[in-house]
Amino acid sequence: MANETQTMTQSMTVSIWRENGDDGRFEKYEVPARENQTVLDVVAYVQQHIDPTLSYRFACRVGMCGSCAMMVNGSPRWTCRTHVSKVVADDQLEVAPLRNLPVIKDLATDMDPFFEKWVAAEAVFHPSKTRHDPMAAITPDDPMRIAASEAIECINCAVCYAACDVVESNPDYFGPAALNRSWSLVNDIRDDGQDVRLAAVGSNGGCHNCHSQQGCVQYCPNELNPTLSIAGLKRETTKALFRRSR
Amino acid sequence: MLDVRLYMLQRLTALVMAPLVIGHIAVMIYAVQGGLTVDEILARTQGSVAWFLFYGSFVVAVSIHGAIGLRVISFEWFGLKGSALQLFSWAVFALLFGLGAKAVYAVTFAGVGL
Repeated sequence: MANETQTMTQSMTVSIWRENGDDGRFEKYEVPARENQTVLDVVAYVQQHIDPTLSYRFACRVGMCGSCAMMVNGSPRWTCRTHVSKVVADDQLEVAPLRNLPVIKDLATDMDPFFEKWVAAEAVFHPSKTRHDPMAAITPDDPMRIAASEAIECINCAVCYAACDVVESNPDYFGPAALNRSWSLVNDIRDDGQDVRLAAVGSNGGCHNCHSQQGCVQYCPNELNPTLSIAGLKRETTKALFRRSR
Repeated sequence: MLDVRLYMLQRLTALVMAPLVIGHIAVMIYAVQGGLTVDEILARTQGSVAWFLFYGSFVVAVSIHGAIGLRVISFEWFGLKGSALQLFSWAVFALLFGLGAKAVYAVTFAGVGL
């Protein structure tokens, strides 16, 4: 208890985006400056101790579910695993909803456009077998398996989508996460939908809009490389184009 | 906005332009030795099928490459879309091709009895 009182004496200011069907604005809150706390801890403190009407989204708190991504001091972060001490600037912390997505309320964004683009990019599995067939034998050292593994640890947090400047200027663009998932499926030998997938990722909203700026690579909390995946898709769609025209 | 065909068209035209640009620069350096005159240029290019093909293919490649590039910029930066974007892209192509073709014709076959 003594410890708690001691840490409460030091405080910091956090600016949190508040929006509820209006234009929205930042509001400042005084929160305890604890030695060891995450950005999500700070947001939770505000909601639990200062203003219970604050809306935000989280679930697992351990970096697995991809629910709690927000803009922290202007950069997209998974807030449950972002320590305040790592991102605080001049004792200031600014928390805003994810960029490039519509706001539902305060820090909660509407993820529908993000996931609709996964479907549009054919980032869905097309089974080639039934449950009655034997399981596909894929060895760990298979090059396609290795390529798929490199892209597979996405937690759908939309940090890359918020980091992407092409998404900002091109609302049709599928974005890094959807294309990265498509690439992992291009390398899945069990998948039977490669033609429709390559047609989808080669369409107007597809991989060819990527400028390879690598904002997605910079901010992906799981250190994936969607730009590399998109480069793979560019290569495969090009090959498919020449196959078709022969 | 940029599908696989436009993307490839822009890359392929870049592939065409790269050696032509190097050739163009090489000829510039060679041609200015000892001064540059209209007569000297025309003596090299007039009636020449080779120079017509050299600069002709350059003009075609530039028109396509530039139109696709400006199409992307006008969409991403100025929000042009739909038929306005199509019209703009074709207009850029037509302008670059028209000006380029006129210049190529002027230095190769204009005034030469065909």
